Amino acid sequence: MQAASILAATPTATPLRSVSGATSHSLSAAVTLPILLGLLLLPIAAHFYGQEYFLSPVTRVLIYAVAASSLNLILGFGGMVSFGHAAFMGVGAYAAAALMMNQVTSLWIALPVAMGLGAVVSAVIGLISLRAHGVYFIMITLAFAQMLYYVAISLKFLGGEDGLSLSARGSMWPVLEPLDDTALYYVAVLMLASVVVFIQRLVNANFGHVLEAIRINETRVASLGVNTFRHKLIAFMVAGALAGVSGALLAHQSGFVSPSLMHWTQSGVLMVMVILGGAGHLYGGIIGAIIYGVLEESLSGYTEHWQLALGVVLLVAVLVAPQGISRLILKRTPK
Amino acid sequence: MNTVILEQTLNGIQFGLMLFLLAAGLTLVFGIMDLVNLSHGSLYMIGAYLIATFTQALDSFWLGMLLGIGVTACVGVLLEMTILRQLYKRDHLSQVLGTFAIILIANESVRILWGPQPLTFNPPASLAGPVELFPGFEYPAYRLAIMAVGALVAAALYVLISKTRIGMKVRAGAADREMAEAMGAKVSWMFSGLFACGAALCALAGGMLGPLLAVQVGMGESILILAFVVVVIGGIGSVRGAFVGSLLVGMIDTLGRAVIPSLFSGFGPEVASSVAPALAAILIYLLMAAILFWKPKGLFPVGA
Repeated sequence: MQAASILAATPTATPLRSVSGATSHSLSAAVTLPILLGLLLLPIAAHFYGQEYFLSPVTRVLIYAVAASSLNLILGFGGMVSFGHAAFMGVGAYAAAALMMNQVTSLWIALPVAMGLGAVVSAVIGLISLRAHGVYFIMITLAFAQMLYYVAISLKFLGGEDGLSLSARGSMWPVLEPLDDTALYYVAVLMLASVVVFIQRLVNANFGHVLEAIRINETRVASLGVNTFRHKLIAFMVAGALAGVSGALLAHQSGFVSPSLMHWTQSGVLMVMVILGGAGHLYGGIIGAIIYGVLEESLSGYTEHWQLALGVVLLVAVLVAPQGISRLILKRTPK
Repeated sequence: MNTVILEQTLNGIQFGLMLFLLAAGLTLVFGIMDLVNLSHGSLYMIGAYLIATFTQALDSFWLGMLLGIGVTACVGVLLEMTILRQLYKRDHLSQVLGTFAIILIANESVRILWGPQPLTFNPPASLAGPVELFPGFEYPAYRLAIMAVGALVAAALYVLISKTRIGMKVRAGAADREMAEAMGAKVSWMFSGLFACGAALCALAGGMLGPLLAVQVGMGESILILAFVVVVIGGIGSVRGAFVGSLLVGMIDTLGRAVIPSLFSGFGPEVASSVAPALAAILIYLLMAAILFWKPKGLFPVGA
């Protein structure tokens, strides 16, 4: 109901809109449709040229784009620098693995469960950590993520430190069962597309304007009578839920879960994707995930020391494109 | 049991003192420059590798230590002057991305230079054996030496920061940078000095802990997180907070790992082997969450 009223609200002529000074985040059809079409046709082209191996890494990038976009919602639009976002991904992945252990293979069950669990865990963490601000918030989210990481290590029935292989790929009636690489790819494309549309609607609704206003000046928004804590908590939960879904997808894609999914460096990678792509830009998470994925794939093909090259590229990016690559490519003026 | 607890308490103090060497530099850079420096742990790793190498090459622990600390300080200054200086005025996000990139570069460079295998090196022969502290209780001499070095450096830092003119400027910078600059404190050269000091302290900690732990790629990351926990618990910019926080985290972490499993042994081996290690590992994060819940700006807030 909350979401429905948020989406129904007209974003125009609200006083907060002028406070935030936000430009509307549009899904320009001229950009979006060709990309979507290209993504939908990619497997066909891959089959035609016999390059199917290509689909698996692309699917991973799409899944990470979902997670990075969810982080971008709170980090870029809400100004909440959460350093523990991989934990929610991990929660979703473990939920999918636990269901699989109990012979529940359907993604129709696994994805909602992962989403719900991501929302619940992020609600608990958000309730406590959103009281803190600035660097203290960064550190407290990191602390909670580390706790979940160590809990995952101690869960012996889910593989403990060694992790757990999923016994089968998920199924998804009426799509092919079990999902092959192509079907899973399409699931990931659809998921990413829906997440982008959802986030676009959310940030252009009143809720999103309040969120951006909170990022710019929380005290001022609170003095207007807005319950800023509740807005931040809802955004934090939405982000946690979406990250949970991406985690479940990732578990089915790789067929493996382990605590390393939740390690703080994973949260760091998600943040790198968002910042690299452009925090607070609608496509920031996606572009960041793509660049990171392409760098990882291509550099690791050249040298085993690809992380050195990756580090250099990231360093140059941060010095040259402080607003993220999205704004460099899409020429959106920074707010 | 009592001697076990005594031994673990000493181990905790020793680890806490080493943690303080990292946290002190981290908190000052954090407090003064408002720089989220994730690459602080890389200096610890680089220091440990350099000291291990020099110690083996020169066949002298103390010479290797001296040389390693000096070179690491130079690396720290170089890092500050070339890259980190560009990040001071940027937002936290850019700082996270930039220093994360430095971690990747440092880790891979070390892997290229020294190879993937962990290095091991020995403490000086004179400190190799145990010392009988009182009848029936022996404690490794080297660990006592670590505590002595840590305590000495902590005392020296205390004097430097609270009794000298330089320290006064540093404290002024941590409390209110703009005001300190307006009052004529030359803050910009201070940072390079601060970085040299911070890097030297990192190297000292890495070199002292090196013989106890394996010197390996990625060793900086785990201790970095602990150092950040210390900084946040103690209050950003507060050296006193870092000191109290370090001892607290060092003791609770070490004692927790030693004592909790035996507390849980009554619930059966299944529980003891799964719950106890997890609880021991998350103890300091629980501590941090609890402290921030009651004191959102840490135990010793600066400039409040």
